[in-house]
Amino acid sequence: MAVLLFGVSFGVLARSSGFGALPALVMSATTFAGSSQFAAVSVLGADGTIAAAVGAAVLLNARYAAMGLAAAPSFRGRRLRRLLESQLVVDEAWALSSRDGRFDRRLLVGAGLLLYAAWVVGTGLGVAMGTALGDPESLGLDAAFPALFLALLVRQLESRRAALAALAGAAIALALVPPASPGLPVIAATAACLIGLRRAREPA
Amino acid sequence: MSAAWTTVALIGVATVAIKASGPLLAGGRGLPGPLAGVVQLLAPVLLAALVATQALAGDGRLVLDERAAGVAAAGVVVALRAPVLAAVAVAALVTALLRLAG
Repeated sequence: MAVLLFGVSFGVLARSSGFGALPALVMSATTFAGSSQFAAVSVLGADGTIAAAVGAAVLLNARYAAMGLAAAPSFRGRRLRRLLESQLVVDEAWALSSRDGRFDRRLLVGAGLLLYAAWVVGTGLGVAMGTALGDPESLGLDAAFPALFLALLVRQLESRRAALAALAGAAIALALVPPASPGLPVIAATAACLIGLRRAREPA
Repeated sequence: MSAAWTTVALIGVATVAIKASGPLLAGGRGLPGPLAGVVQLLAPVLLAALVATQALAGDGRLVLDERAAGVAAAGVVVALRAPVLAAVAVAALVTALLRLAG
Protein backbone atom coordinates (compact mmCIF):
# COMPACT_ATOMS: atom_id res chain seq x y z
CA MET A 1 0.00 0.00 0.00
CA ALA A 2 2.70 2.45 1.01
CA VAL A 3 4.74 1.44 -2.02
CA LEU A 4 1.73 2.12 -4.26
CA LEU A 5 1.56 5.66 -2.88
CA PHE A 6 5.32 6.14 -3.31
CA GLY A 7 4.86 5.00 -6.89
CA VAL A 8 2.15 7.63 -7.31
CA SER A 9 4.42 10.27 -5.84
CA PHE A 10 7.27 9.21 -8.13
CA GLY A 11 4.97 9.60 -11.12
CA VAL A 12 3.89 13.03 -9.90
CA LEU A 13 7.50 14.12 -9.33
CA ALA A 14 8.51 12.88 -12.78
CA ARG A 15 5.67 14.82 -14.41
CA SER A 16 6.22 18.01 -12.44
CA SER A 17 9.98 18.04 -13.03
CA GLY A 18 9.56 17.64 -16.77
CA PHE A 19 10.97 14.11 -16.87
CA GLY A 20 8.05 12.84 -18.95
CA ALA A 21 5.37 10.24 -18.31
CA LEU A 22 6.64 7.39 -20.47
CA PRO A 23 10.29 7.54 -19.32
CA ALA A 24 9.05 7.49 -15.72
CA LEU A 25 6.90 4.43 -16.33
CA VAL A 26 9.63 2.57 -18.20
CA MET A 27 12.07 3.47 -15.45
CA SER A 28 9.85 2.01 -12.74
CA ALA A 29 9.42 -1.17 -14.79
CA THR A 30 13.11 -1.63 -15.55
CA THR A 31 14.91 -0.15 -12.57
CA PHE A 32 12.64 -0.95 -9.59
CA ALA A 33 14.70 0.90 -7.00
CA GLY A 34 12.62 3.77 -5.71
CA SER A 35 15.13 5.98 -3.94
CA SER A 36 17.55 5.97 -6.89
CA GLN A 37 14.70 6.87 -9.25
CA PHE A 38 13.63 9.75 -7.02
CA ALA A 39 17.23 10.90 -6.81
CA ALA A 40 17.90 10.74 -10.55
CA VAL A 41 14.70 12.58 -11.44
CA SER A 42 15.41 15.20 -8.76
CA VAL A 43 18.94 15.80 -10.05
CA LEU A 44 17.74 16.17 -13.64
CA GLY A 45 14.86 18.37 -12.46
CA ALA A 46 17.38 20.67 -10.78
CA ASP A 47 19.23 21.04 -14.09
CA GLY A 48 21.89 18.53 -13.12
CA THR A 49 23.75 16.61 -15.82
CA ILE A 50 22.93 13.07 -16.93
CA ALA A 51 26.23 11.94 -15.44
CA ALA A 52 25.32 13.40 -12.05
CA ALA A 53 21.85 11.80 -12.14
CA VAL A 54 23.20 8.38 -13.11
CA GLY A 55 26.09 8.66 -10.66
CA ALA A 56 23.78 9.46 -7.75
CA ALA A 57 21.44 6.59 -8.67
CA VAL A 58 24.25 4.06 -9.08
CA LEU A 59 25.82 5.02 -5.76
CA LEU A 60 22.42 4.85 -4.08
CA ASN A 61 21.86 1.38 -5.52
CA ALA A 62 25.30 0.10 -4.57
CA ARG A 63 23.75 -1.18 -1.35
CA TYR A 64 21.85 -3.75 -3.43
CA ALA A 65 25.15 -5.36 -4.35
CA ALA A 66 25.76 -5.91 -0.65
CA MET A 67 22.18 -7.07 -0.04
CA GLY A 68 22.34 -9.39 -3.04
CA LEU A 69 25.57 -10.91 -1.77
CA ALA A 70 24.04 -11.44 1.64
CA ALA A 71 20.98 -13.15 0.16
CA ALA A 72 22.93 -15.02 -2.53
CA PRO A 73 23.02 -18.40 -0.77
CA SER A 74 19.21 -18.41 -0.66
CA PHE A 75 18.73 -18.20 -4.40
CA ARG A 76 18.36 -21.52 -6.18
CA GLY A 77 18.33 -22.88 -9.67
CA ARG A 78 19.81 -21.79 -12.95
CA ARG A 79 21.64 -18.57 -13.60
CA LEU A 80 18.71 -17.01 -15.45
CA ARG A 81 16.34 -17.76 -12.59
CA ARG A 82 18.80 -16.43 -10.04
CA LEU A 83 19.27 -13.34 -12.17
CA LEU A 84 15.52 -12.68 -12.41
CA GLU A 85 14.91 -13.32 -8.73
CA SER A 86 17.81 -11.11 -7.73
CA GLN A 87 16.04 -8.19 -9.42
CA LEU A 88 13.29 -8.44 -6.80
CA VAL A 89 15.69 -7.46 -4.04
CA VAL A 90 14.53 -4.10 -2.72
CA ASP A 91 14.87 -2.72 0.81
CA GLU A 92 11.45 -3.83 2.02
CA ALA A 93 11.50 -7.34 0.52
CA TRP A 94 15.05 -7.91 1.70
CA ALA A 95 14.35 -6.73 5.23
CA LEU A 96 11.11 -8.70 5.41
CA SER A 97 12.64 -12.02 4.37
CA SER A 98 15.70 -11.75 6.58
CA ARG A 99 15.73 -14.27 9.42
CA ASP A 100 18.80 -14.37 11.64
CA GLY A 101 21.25 -13.85 8.84
CA ARG A 102 19.46 -16.26 6.48
CA PHE A 103 16.86 -15.42 3.87
CA ASP A 104 13.48 -16.95 3.12
CA ARG A 105 13.55 -17.15 -0.67
CA ARG A 106 9.80 -17.60 -1.11
CA LEU A 107 9.07 -14.62 1.09
CA LEU A 108 11.69 -12.55 -0.72
CA VAL A 109 10.30 -13.40 -4.15
CA GLY A 110 6.65 -13.11 -3.09
CA ALA A 111 7.11 -9.75 -1.40
CA GLY A 112 9.31 -8.57 -4.26
CA LEU A 113 6.67 -9.39 -6.88
CA LEU A 114 3.92 -7.65 -4.89
CA LEU A 115 6.08 -4.59 -4.36
CA TYR A 116 7.01 -4.54 -8.04
CA ALA A 117 3.37 -4.59 -9.15
CA ALA A 118 2.43 -1.85 -6.68
CA TRP A 119 5.42 0.26 -7.72
CA VAL A 120 4.68 0.13 -11.45
CA VAL A 121 0.91 0.62 -11.06
CA GLY A 122 1.53 3.50 -8.64
CA THR A 123 3.87 5.20 -11.08
CA GLY A 124 1.24 4.87 -13.79
CA LEU A 125 -1.39 6.49 -11.58
CA GLY A 126 1.06 9.23 -10.64
CA VAL A 127 1.98 10.22 -14.16
CA ALA A 128 -1.70 10.13 -15.11
CA MET A 129 -2.71 12.38 -12.22
CA GLY A 130 0.36 14.57 -12.35
CA THR A 131 -1.16 17.46 -14.23
CA ALA A 132 -4.58 17.11 -12.58
CA LEU A 133 -3.07 17.79 -9.16
CA GLY A 134 -2.05 21.32 -10.05
CA ASP A 135 1.06 23.22 -9.02
CA PRO A 136 3.27 20.85 -6.99
CA GLU A 137 4.81 23.76 -5.08
CA SER A 138 1.49 25.05 -3.78
CA LEU A 139 0.79 21.51 -2.57
CA GLY A 140 4.10 21.38 -0.75
CA LEU A 141 5.22 18.36 -2.77
CA ASP A 142 8.78 19.67 -2.97
CA ALA A 143 8.98 19.15 0.79
CA ALA A 144 7.44 15.69 0.59
CA PHE A 145 10.44 14.08 -1.08
CA PRO A 146 13.16 15.21 1.32
CA ALA A 147 10.76 14.17 4.09
CA LEU A 148 10.50 10.73 2.52
CA PHE A 149 14.30 10.47 2.33
CA LEU A 150 14.54 11.62 5.93
CA ALA A 151 12.15 8.91 7.11
CA LEU A 152 14.07 6.28 5.13
CA LEU A 153 17.34 7.62 6.46
CA VAL A 154 16.32 7.21 10.10
CA ARG A 155 15.79 3.48 9.49
CA GLN A 156 19.39 3.23 8.27
CA LEU A 157 20.91 4.80 11.36
CA GLU A 158 21.37 1.64 13.37
CA SER A 159 24.87 2.54 14.50
CA ARG A 160 26.73 5.59 15.77
CA ARG A 161 29.06 5.26 12.84
CA ALA A 162 26.16 5.45 10.38
CA ALA A 163 24.81 8.56 12.11
CA LEU A 164 28.24 10.17 12.05
CA ALA A 165 28.72 9.39 8.38
CA ALA A 166 25.25 10.70 7.55
CA LEU A 167 25.94 13.99 9.33
CA ALA A 168 29.29 14.34 7.60
CA GLY A 169 27.69 13.56 4.24
CA ALA A 170 24.99 16.20 4.74
CA ALA A 171 27.62 18.76 5.76
CA ILE A 172 29.79 18.02 2.71
CA ALA A 173 26.79 18.28 0.39
CA LEU A 174 25.62 21.61 1.83
CA ALA A 175 29.12 23.09 1.76
CA LEU A 176 29.40 22.26 -1.94
CA VAL A 177 26.00 23.61 -2.99
CA PRO A 178 27.20 27.13 -3.84
CA PRO A 179 30.37 26.25 -5.80
CA ALA A 180 29.45 22.95 -7.50
CA SER A 181 26.93 22.15 -10.23
CA PRO A 182 23.67 20.42 -9.24
CA GLY A 183 23.98 16.75 -8.37
CA LEU A 184 27.68 16.89 -7.61
CA PRO A 185 27.30 17.80 -3.91
CA VAL A 186 25.34 14.58 -3.33
CA ILE A 187 28.00 12.47 -5.03
CA ALA A 188 30.86 14.21 -3.24
CA ALA A 189 29.09 13.53 0.05
CA THR A 190 29.88 9.82 -0.36
CA ALA A 191 33.43 10.64 0.73
CA ALA A 192 31.89 10.44 4.21
CA CYS A 193 31.56 6.68 3.66
CA LEU A 194 35.30 6.39 4.18
CA ILE A 195 34.49 6.57 7.89
CA GLY A 196 33.56 2.92 7.30
CA LEU A 197 37.18 2.05 6.58
CA ARG A 198 38.42 2.99 9.99
CA ARG A 199 36.13 0.88 12.09
CA ALA A 200 36.38 -2.11 9.76
CA ARG A 201 40.13 -2.38 10.32
CA GLU A 202 39.71 -2.65 14.04
CA PRO A 203 39.07 -6.13 15.39
CA ALA A 204 35.39 -6.59 16.16
CA MET B 1 17.60 10.51 -27.33
CA SER B 2 16.41 12.91 -24.63
CA ALA B 3 18.17 13.27 -21.31
CA ALA B 4 15.34 11.41 -19.61
CA TRP B 5 15.58 8.35 -21.84
CA THR B 6 19.37 8.25 -21.66
CA THR B 7 19.15 8.39 -17.88
CA VAL B 8 16.49 5.67 -17.77
CA ALA B 9 18.58 3.36 -19.96
CA LEU B 10 21.85 3.88 -18.10
CA ILE B 11 20.34 3.52 -14.64
CA GLY B 12 18.28 0.53 -15.71
CA VAL B 13 21.29 -1.39 -17.01
CA ALA B 14 23.43 -0.41 -14.02
CA THR B 15 20.79 -1.41 -11.49
CA VAL B 16 20.17 -4.81 -13.08
CA ALA B 17 23.91 -5.45 -13.05
CA ILE B 18 24.27 -4.32 -9.44
CA LYS B 19 21.40 -6.47 -8.21
CA ALA B 20 22.53 -9.50 -10.21
CA SER B 21 26.15 -9.31 -9.11
CA GLY B 22 25.66 -10.99 -5.72
CA PRO B 23 23.60 -14.05 -6.67
CA LEU B 24 25.49 -14.60 -9.95
CA LEU B 25 28.84 -14.54 -8.23
CA ALA B 26 27.37 -16.80 -5.56
CA GLY B 27 29.94 -18.81 -3.78
CA GLY B 28 31.64 -15.54 -2.89
CA ARG B 29 31.59 -14.85 0.80
CA GLY B 30 30.58 -11.24 0.69
CA LEU B 31 32.61 -8.12 0.27
CA PRO B 32 36.03 -7.96 1.91
CA GLY B 33 35.81 -6.35 5.33
CA PRO B 34 36.98 -2.79 4.68
CA LEU B 35 34.91 -2.47 1.50
CA ALA B 36 31.81 -3.84 3.20
CA GLY B 37 32.14 -1.18 5.87
CA VAL B 38 32.20 1.53 3.21
CA VAL B 39 29.31 0.13 1.16
CA GLN B 40 27.20 -0.21 4.28
CA LEU B 41 27.43 3.53 4.81
CA LEU B 42 26.50 4.47 1.25
CA ALA B 43 22.74 4.43 1.82
CA PRO B 44 22.66 6.57 5.00
CA VAL B 45 25.20 9.04 3.63
CA LEU B 46 23.43 9.47 0.29
CA LEU B 47 20.04 9.80 1.90
CA ALA B 48 21.38 12.41 4.32
CA ALA B 49 22.94 14.36 1.47
CA LEU B 50 19.67 14.22 -0.47
CA VAL B 51 17.68 15.41 2.53
CA ALA B 52 20.09 18.29 3.16
CA THR B 53 20.27 19.50 -0.42
CA GLN B 54 16.58 19.08 -1.19
CA ALA B 55 15.50 20.81 2.00
CA LEU B 56 18.03 23.63 2.05
CA ALA B 57 19.37 24.22 -1.45
CA GLY B 58 17.87 25.85 -4.51
CA ASP B 59 19.34 27.48 -7.61
CA GLY B 60 22.89 26.88 -6.44
CA ARG B 61 22.58 28.49 -3.05
CA LEU B 62 21.34 27.70 0.41
CA VAL B 63 17.79 28.80 1.17
CA LEU B 64 15.72 28.62 4.31
CA ASP B 65 12.06 28.71 3.32
CA GLU B 66 8.66 27.04 3.82
CA ARG B 67 10.06 23.82 2.37
CA ALA B 68 12.75 23.59 5.05
CA ALA B 69 10.08 24.21 7.71
CA GLY B 70 7.98 21.39 6.26
CA VAL B 71 10.91 18.98 6.29
CA ALA B 72 11.74 20.00 9.87
CA ALA B 73 8.14 19.23 10.85
CA ALA B 74 8.52 15.84 9.20
CA GLY B 75 11.64 15.33 11.31
CA VAL B 76 9.54 15.76 14.44
CA VAL B 77 7.01 13.24 13.12
CA VAL B 78 9.80 10.76 12.38
CA ALA B 79 11.24 11.26 15.85
CA LEU B 80 7.83 10.30 17.25
CA ARG B 81 8.18 6.99 15.38
CA ALA B 82 5.14 7.67 13.21
CA PRO B 83 4.81 5.87 9.86
CA VAL B 84 6.81 7.13 6.88
CA LEU B 85 3.70 8.29 5.07
CA ALA B 86 2.65 10.43 8.03
CA ALA B 87 5.99 12.25 7.90
CA VAL B 88 5.65 12.83 4.16
CA ALA B 89 2.09 14.11 4.53
CA VAL B 90 3.04 16.47 7.36
CA ALA B 91 5.93 17.90 5.32
CA ALA B 92 3.68 18.65 2.36
CA LEU B 93 0.87 20.00 4.54
CA VAL B 94 3.06 22.33 6.62
CA THR B 95 4.83 23.64 3.52
CA ALA B 96 1.58 24.20 1.64
CA LEU B 97 -0.07 25.96 4.60
CA LEU B 98 2.94 28.23 5.18
CA ARG B 99 2.95 29.19 1.50
CA LEU B 100 -0.75 29.87 1.68
CA ALA B 101 -0.20 32.11 4.71
CA GLY B 102 2.87 33.83 3.29
